[in-house]
Amino acid sequence: MPAYPAWDADAARALIAERAHLDGAMLPVLHALQERFGHVPREAVPLVAEALNVSRADVHGVVTFYHDFKDAPFAGRVVRLCRAEACQASGCEALVDFLHGRGVPLDERPAHARVAVETVYCLGLCASGPAALVDGEPVARLDPARLAALCEGAAVEAVREMVP
Amino acid sequence: MTARRVFVPRDAAARAAGADAVAAAIAGEAARRGLDLEVVRTGSRGMLWLEPLVEVDTPEGRVAFGPVSRRDVSGLFDAGFLSGADHALGQGPVARMPWMMRQQRVTFARTGIVDPLSLADYRAHGGLGGLHKALAMTGAQIVEAVTQSGLRGRGGAGFPTGIKWKTVHDAAADRKYVVCNADEGDSGTFADRMVMEGDPFMLIEGMAIAGLAAGATTGFIYIRSEYPDAIATMSGAVAAAGQAGLLGDSVLGSGRAFRIEVRVGAGAYICGEETSLLESLEGRRGIVRAKPPIPALKGLFGQPTIVNNVLSLAAVPWILAHGAQAYADLGMGRSRGTLPVQLGGNVRRGGLVELAFGVSLRDIVMEFGGGTRSGRPVRAVQVGGPLGAYLPASQLDTPLDYEALAAIGGMVGHGGIVVFDDEADMARQARFAFAFCAAESCGKCTPCRIGATRGVEVMDRIIAGIDRDANLSLLEDLNQLMTDASLCAMGGLTPMPVRSALRHFPEDFRRPALPRAAE
Ligand SMILES: Cc1cc2nc3c(=O)[nH]c(=O)nc-3n(C[C@H](O)[C@H](O)[C@H](O)COP(=O)(O)O)c2cc1C
Ligand code: SF4
Ligand code: FES
Repeated sequence: MPAYPAWDADAARALIAERAHLDGAMLPVLHALQERFGHVPREAVPLVAEALNVSRADVHGVVTFYHDFKDAPFAGRVVRLCRAEACQASGCEALVDFLHGRGVPLDERPAHARVAVETVYCLGLCASGPAALVDGEPVARLDPARLAALCEGAAVEAVREMVP
Repeated sequence: MTARRVFVPRDAAARAAGADAVAAAIAGEAARRGLDLEVVRTGSRGMLWLEPLVEVDTPEGRVAFGPVSRRDVSGLFDAGFLSGADHALGQGPVARMPWMMRQQRVTFARTGIVDPLSLADYRAHGGLGGLHKALAMTGAQIVEAVTQSGLRGRGGAGFPTGIKWKTVHDAAADRKYVVCNADEGDSGTFADRMVMEGDPFMLIEGMAIAGLAAGATTGFIYIRSEYPDAIATMSGAVAAAGQAGLLGDSVLGSGRAFRIEVRVGAGAYICGEETSLLESLEGRRGIVRAKPPIPALKGLFGQPTIVNNVLSLAAVPWILAHGAQAYADLGMGRSRGTLPVQLGGNVRRGGLVELAFGVSLRDIVMEFGGGTRSGRPVRAVQVGGPLGAYLPASQLDTPLDYEALAAIGGMVGHGGIVVFDDEADMARQARFAFAFCAAESCGKCTPCRIGATRGVEVMDRIIAGIDRDANLSLLEDLNQLMTDASLCAMGGLTPMPVRSALRHFPEDFRRPALPRAAE
């Protein structure tokens, strides 16, 4: 599980400068910041604005428009659970009920929690649903046992091998 | 003697089922037994219920075993699977598997066979033939070939690709662009992902041909962030293509330049809409632009731009290599060529089926798919993504064809088919259509932004049994408003799943209101 570094203006400037020359550099820059710091730090907004020659409001508008960009880091495991139609047909809403029953909140990142479960709409694993991305790693054919194991921190490869 | 080869997919759907552990176990077991063996990671054949599907080379061609788990590996060695010997997981020669035999694989001819990052494999399996031909043609001739093929955009709207390319070709500008729409946001679809993970050089070749056709020297591939594996493989292939001189200042030594950059989306369904995608590429919020001007005339950074779906661009190398007529000979009516169908949801055998247009939904769902995974009756299929119609089992004889589906109030979209059994609640599916639109609307126009939220509220009241007649008529007003007054198809087509659910499954909107068991 990732532990993100504290804000470091020099590192941020370097990340921005490496990408500022790109055509349409905004998203590549924001992705790089988010990858480094686990979120797009508020302190980075003026730096991005200056480097890309846009207003701070513009940068802020972009950061808030896209679901991926976060305003705080989360050190735990992120399970992005697909809740789109093909996974609905395969029972993802029963998994949501199961999480409710265990008191696992959905679409929240409680500070100090070991896991955050978030809604995503389709991962392209629609023939093997319900599906999730666990810190970027695909897992298919989820059932309550597999999901519980993921929430308890089991290794992804071990969960993939669990017999349904 | 060269090492024996074993093929294990690296497609995300195979990895999700444990393919990495299987590949490692095979390599480990071979080492333990002192066997000289190479494990090649490929894309997926698209038989996703059999993943991880392991293949070996034999004199009768590739023989498959699946679904394999790490625990099966030493038993497979004991049984002699390396020479294709029989085993409980044996599926026989891939070419004789019914699922594969009945397909017409054009775009997916190489996927699952080649190492996606090996340009040598790509060439050995017919790759670059289209680009070589294109390099000897004028832009106008390439455009003409694509027009003659009858290829229509596979991203959803079905617009003739040749006409779009001609517009960009004819536009006078210093700079033009080719943008590949790899946002694949439609639920139930994964063909773009499988191309990028299984045969990425085909997409690169298609984009380079588009560049030659239009006179563009720069291409972008905009991939959704939900596809980390596709991003990694596609980026690797673009880098390899640059090193090999397939991309760069002089494409295959022709003196003509074409470069590609991979860009990553940030979790916004609307960025699959082409003008929103262009906004996003330019570094802004993904707010839809009013058309006209069309992107072909004023697209990326205001320049003439070809925006095409992955599958549209990926079809082009084959069209150039085999001739426009060969492609046009496949299909029916005004739907020419093949459609890679993506079969998912509650289905026994899900995966990728590529066939000429015209196959019936029943054939796909019942023959290929084998009915539901739950074993219960098929109640509905949603065709064409979250904005597509829910069709009842009684309409399964409809052929997959742009016009035939439109005639029954549906659409082909990007070719996704999601199967639901008789436990599905279609009123809840209708509610979800609005909820999805509310979550993903770009917010530019009121009918969509406010309408979708109202739609959720109205559906909640209908489901709760509150004032049903009044709310059903409100629902219809809302559907009409969104259809008529939305700026783009996000708001404009959200009524399609809602209305089709209501038309075909009215009983679900009239059920006694019961609290949900789990709540
Ligand atoms: C809400 C919405 C979402 C869309 N999502 C996608 C998508 O994910 N991928 C895609 O190729 N086209 C998508 N489209 C269609 C594009 O706007 C555009 O028609 C397409 O990229 C053109 O390429 P084609 O002619 O090759 O299909 C979407 C359209 C709308 C209205
Ligand atoms: S219909 Fe919806 S998504 Fe499309 S422009 Fe209007 S608000 Fe944006
Ligand atoms: S609908 Fe869940 S992965 Fe596609």
